[in-house]
Amino acid sequence: MFLRLLSDIQWRAAHPKWRRMTSSQRSTSTTAEPQPVSLPAQAQVVICGGGITGTSVAYHLSKMGFKDIVLLEQGRLAAGTTRFCAGIVSTARPVSIELKMAHYSNKLYQQLEQETGVQTGYMKTGSISLAQTQDRLISLKRIASSLNVMGIPCEIISPKKVLQLHPLINIHDLVGAMYLPEDALVSSANVSLALATAASRNGVQIHERTSVSHVTIQKGRVTGVETDRGQIQCEYFVNCAGQWAYELGHSGEEPVHIPVHACEHFYLLTHPLQEPVSSSLPTIVDPDGRIYIRNWQGGILSGGFEKNPKPLFTEGRNQLEIQNLQEDWDHFGPLLGALLRRMPGLEALQIMQLVNCPESFTPDMRCIMGESPTARGYFVLAGMNSGGISYGGGAGKYLAEWIVNGYPSENVWPLDLKRFGTLQSSRTFLRHRVMEVMPLMYDLKVPRWDFQTGRQLRTSPLYDRLDAQGARWMEKHGFERVKYFVPPGNDLLDLDHSKTFYKPDWFDIVGSEVKCCKEAVCVIDMSSFTKFEISSTGDQALESLQYLFANDLDVPVGHVVHTGMLNENGGYENDCSIARLSKRSFFMISPTDQQVHCWAWLKNHLPDDSNLVLEDVTWKYTALNLIGPRAVDVLSELSYAPMTAEHFPSLFCKEMSVGYANGIRVMSITHTGEPGFVLYIPIEYALHVYNEVMNMGQKYGIRNAGYYALRSLRIEKFFAFWGQDLDAFTTPMECGREFQVKLDKGMEFLGQDVLLEQKQNGVYKRFTMFILEDHDTDMDLWPWWGEPIFRNGRYVGKTTSSAYSYTLERHVCLGFVHHFDEKTGEKLVVTTDFINQGEYEIDIAGQRFQAKAKLYPFSSLFTQRRRKDEVELSGYQRE
Amino acid sequence: MPAPAHLFPLIRNCEISRIGSTACYCHHKHLCCLSSHFAHSHFRYAPQKKFAALYRPKEHFNHFIHARDYASTPQRFYLTPAQVNSILKANEYSFKVPEFDGKNVSSVLGFDSNQLPANAPIEDRRSAATCLQTRGMLLGVFDGHAGCACAQAVSERLFYYIAVSLLPHETLLEIENAVENGRALLPILQWHKHPNDYFSKEASKLYFNSLRTYWQELIDLNSGETTDVREALINAFKRLDNDISLEAQVGDPNSFLNYLVLRVAFSGSTACVAHVDGVDLHIANTGDSRAMLGVQEEDGSWSAVNLSYDHNAQNENEVERVKMEHPKSEEKSLVKQDRLLGLLMPFRAFGDVKFKWSIELQKRVVESGPDQLNDNEYTKFIPPNYHTPPYLTAEPEVIHHKLRPQDKFLVLATDGLWETMHRQDVARIVGEYLTGVHHQQPIAVGGYKVTLGQMHGLLTERRARISSVFEDQNAATHLIRHAVGNNEFGTVDHERLSKMLSLPEELARMYRDDITIIVVQFNSHVIGAYQNEEL
Repeated sequence: MFLRLLSDIQWRAAHPKWRRMTSSQRSTSTTAEPQPVSLPAQAQVVICGGGITGTSVAYHLSKMGFKDIVLLEQGRLAAGTTRFCAGIVSTARPVSIELKMAHYSNKLYQQLEQETGVQTGYMKTGSISLAQTQDRLISLKRIASSLNVMGIPCEIISPKKVLQLHPLINIHDLVGAMYLPEDALVSSANVSLALATAASRNGVQIHERTSVSHVTIQKGRVTGVETDRGQIQCEYFVNCAGQWAYELGHSGEEPVHIPVHACEHFYLLTHPLQEPVSSSLPTIVDPDGRIYIRNWQGGILSGGFEKNPKPLFTEGRNQLEIQNLQEDWDHFGPLLGALLRRMPGLEALQIMQLVNCPESFTPDMRCIMGESPTARGYFVLAGMNSGGISYGGGAGKYLAEWIVNGYPSENVWPLDLKRFGTLQSSRTFLRHRVMEVMPLMYDLKVPRWDFQTGRQLRTSPLYDRLDAQGARWMEKHGFERVKYFVPPGNDLLDLDHSKTFYKPDWFDIVGSEVKCCKEAVCVIDMSSFTKFEISSTGDQALESLQYLFANDLDVPVGHVVHTGMLNENGGYENDCSIARLSKRSFFMISPTDQQVHCWAWLKNHLPDDSNLVLEDVTWKYTALNLIGPRAVDVLSELSYAPMTAEHFPSLFCKEMSVGYANGIRVMSITHTGEPGFVLYIPIEYALHVYNEVMNMGQKYGIRNAGYYALRSLRIEKFFAFWGQDLDAFTTPMECGREFQVKLDKGMEFLGQDVLLEQKQNGVYKRFTMFILEDHDTDMDLWPWWGEPIFRNGRYVGKTTSSAYSYTLERHVCLGFVHHFDEKTGEKLVVTTDFINQGEYEIDIAGQRFQAKAKLYPFSSLFTQRRRKDEVELSGYQRE
Repeated sequence: MPAPAHLFPLIRNCEISRIGSTACYCHHKHLCCLSSHFAHSHFRYAPQKKFAALYRPKEHFNHFIHARDYASTPQRFYLTPAQVNSILKANEYSFKVPEFDGKNVSSVLGFDSNQLPANAPIEDRRSAATCLQTRGMLLGVFDGHAGCACAQAVSERLFYYIAVSLLPHETLLEIENAVENGRALLPILQWHKHPNDYFSKEASKLYFNSLRTYWQELIDLNSGETTDVREALINAFKRLDNDISLEAQVGDPNSFLNYLVLRVAFSGSTACVAHVDGVDLHIANTGDSRAMLGVQEEDGSWSAVNLSYDHNAQNENEVERVKMEHPKSEEKSLVKQDRLLGLLMPFRAFGDVKFKWSIELQKRVVESGPDQLNDNEYTKFIPPNYHTPPYLTAEPEVIHHKLRPQDKFLVLATDGLWETMHRQDVARIVGEYLTGVHHQQPIAVGGYKVTLGQMHGLLTERRARISSVFEDQNAATHLIRHAVGNNEFGTVDHERLSKMLSLPEELARMYRDDITIIVVQFNSHVIGAYQNEEL
């Protein structure tokens, strides 16, 4: 596998060797080594990695019409993780985009044998996910709800039914299960070879035993690759190097950070049973037992995700570690125990082998795809978190679309490489994080869980102060943010016990924080938000921004504008608040996880002009959000400046002094719709200002609050947040933000055509607010996000976020409503009448709750509004 | 390929436990009618012949050891792991020797000791002390029989006798002068005692006087030669036994003390004492406690070296010695049923004047003694075929060993340990414990036919072995845990441990003997340095 011989086979369909080699699963039939073919001097696309992802990308690129593609593999095709992969294709995935990829992969593999003539071993066995606890069953039901509305057959079944489907199972400790009849098994190496075959028929050149030493990048663009067999000039490079993707990314002069880290993964192969297991026996996933079990050549194949993973290759590729990749039975022991508990009849079954096959994992359990933020043309598809076969087909398709069309056909932000930055690239961080991620594969994922490793990386200067006051923390893009403050003497459940799909233990705590925001004043540390400054010597800054943003930024100095940063299709690439600091400089605030993406977008779209300066000032400012009707009193007392609406209108920005500290950027926005201010404080003044605010605020009942309170406030006000509700496929017209678009600002801007078209012809989806009617907060399952929405009994869309509104005393869900034609399923224009004239239900884990749809927020909630003419509608957070 | 060796015992697993469980019910029933006093394994008192033939504690004991399922006690209350630990750790003691005490670099890193009672009260004793006027450290275990009085006395007194025997003439003079003039005495020993290790206050004056007489004699005898450790040990043992005997013959005006000295003399005790000074290790042994050296081989594995010989019927030399000391006519009656005169298991012991005094002396002392003594059937009983006393001696066998860097530890333990564990296992368990490394080879299935069930059993067992190490902070405790809780595979079985420890007092002695263990850990670096100096 790691031999780097100077031999080569060129993979062409015409080659006489080709057939024999694939059908015999590369049984080293290369007795007469084919002549090495020299590498081409240039190609349009060079793909590095001949595993499932690399071959899938090659397959889809070639299908989409790209002809000049070279695929390089350091060893043999499908010889790495792909070769050892368990070969389970399952759509039982909680994340919607992953589910879609798996669904596509399944369909692709099913017809692959027919298409290519290569045996893929595809077998539709179905899969059964077992639940040992009620909570697990709830999580399965949630997945089942999403699968059902996608038209993927899926059933929640009783333990007895499990026994009928799979006679070997001990069902005594089960409370239920989820059955997916369409899930399949494949020979993963053969699928990869089949994709390679098809790709090479379409003209892709495949070179084995060729390793890429580094990628050359000039002026932020990929220009070529250096291999051990020479150089290839190329326009696009695709890093599909699996567990070596990180190293390959770092091999060049300009590193591309791909945060993946390998862990050892074990599975067991047995000899056939006395009565060999049928090859159509469903695959079993027992997440509570941390194992999966599939049939394998009359016996079984069983592996799992243990609690104590063994990370490896932390220091990079290491020959010693490769040699030490041996069976570790002691490590596998607990999983073996779980297997025998699940299938006690297997005690006498003879062991064939314990396979140790490293898998690569990412910091958030989702795979990594997309273009590097620093090198254009440098694409990545890696970090499959042991779902390589399930995702491979779909992921390859999306990446190919990305290369060909500039963006995939689905919103892949959850998988985008740009959700990570250099900060997730520390090997120590990755090592620790993947040790948490791997067990998490089978851990129960309840709403609002947080990672425990790799924490306290980025913190506000107030961290210790807030922590001492009972702050409970969550992390976003490495930044610690307060969820809520536990009052003294109020003990919350420990981490494990607070995991629930129902009403959480912090309910009353957040309720009192919300109440304080409504009636007095609260402080939320919002320092994590991404902050850029754009300035120029002339009008370049204004002109560029006018082109990149939909709202009119040519406002008087001191005004703040909420606006979307749209793409060509009018979709939100970012959602920002921009303050005009001076004629020629702007201060831009965007969500925390936009730091890399927004930077890359601006860098790619701003003219290459040395007089135009873009600076990331995120680290320079601490942001304190003062929310509530008394914020104005606190601030005016601290600054000796009148802060009333007459003097300091909403959406206004001014540098002023607070306490002893001067130069505090005060903006009259709160990201919640409540009255108040955000103070952008140079970090050295942060503690001083915080202390002053807290001291002065005492008489107004000031207290600390966290993001959970903020979220409840913004959702009941129908504020959409980028990354949660808004994505690159959502336009301002579709989410009721037409007022933030100035089609007539006298300047062309990105996405203008699409918005204009939508304004005339209507939109095909509409952001809607739902108030749950018959939902019992104490007794019923809470909505989270991703719940299907039904209109008059028909599926119309999914929720994107939800929260309990302490004001309405009801749950509020936000989501998009589509209008599917009843016969064809075609998307039709969604009108206001369509929204208003429907009976709605929200499906939470299979249980439907009546909901009232609203296109506009409750005006009664805005009793304390400071300026009637303008409703502040913005926000930036993703839960 | 370690796999087959590991896997083999698995197959036997079930059968053994089944056989064991059926066998034990009837045994238990007729053992119940015996008083615990008679059940003692060292000494068998049998006024009726019939009774003696019926009862062989050791054999029964073995039956029970193999009985995994303790069928006769229906569904006993199980001890939790925490309760088990608190029982096991009740008597544990650790001492860390400062590497450099200001004068010497010590070859001893420290020691762990512990005891687990089976008799109530426990008849084992232990002692540990540092010699302050000479170099070296003394450690000993004492297994009492027919009561604990003798073992208690020996554990308090023997080290003083040894220390005094080792003292140079000048120091003895100095001490004597101090006593003479009522000055403060030079401390002779620094004791390392667990709070449960008590010294008798009442007898201290009596014991001191006997000791003083001894050193006065040593002063008078001044040979001018440097003291040889071997001789000192032998002299001390013999002298103390002699003093015990004399004190009982002379009696004491204080009736409590009078009864005490008689009880000490009429009960018995073995002694296994180690004297460590630099690389010189001397073991003086009397009776059937044992000293064992743990040696780490070059490949990291552990082996055991015996540093004492058991003085019992299994030791041919010892049987030969006894026979040599008595007329040929007695040859047949000397050792019966592996016991001295058919009664006593150890062939050497302190006290036990019943095997040392003439019949006349015994009768005289008993008759003039206090009523309690007269009421005791045992003291009045004269051993059969008792013609040419003494039959018993306290003279120890002394073995000298020069410590090497590979000698990592010394285990001193009473027979309670050795009858449940082989010394090789002791060496391995302690060795692995002290180094903290489990030389568990990784398992490789290779070409062997292994089923999932067998593999699961094997892995469970390996895990249990590792987890038991982390529970103990004391090597002796760890060893006791294994001695009591080991199952057929040599791993600690919590269920079994829990059953053994929850036995009622009157039953405990049927299943095990008192166990006392001292584990001395050596400093290989210091020993290595000593060695180089000598070279």
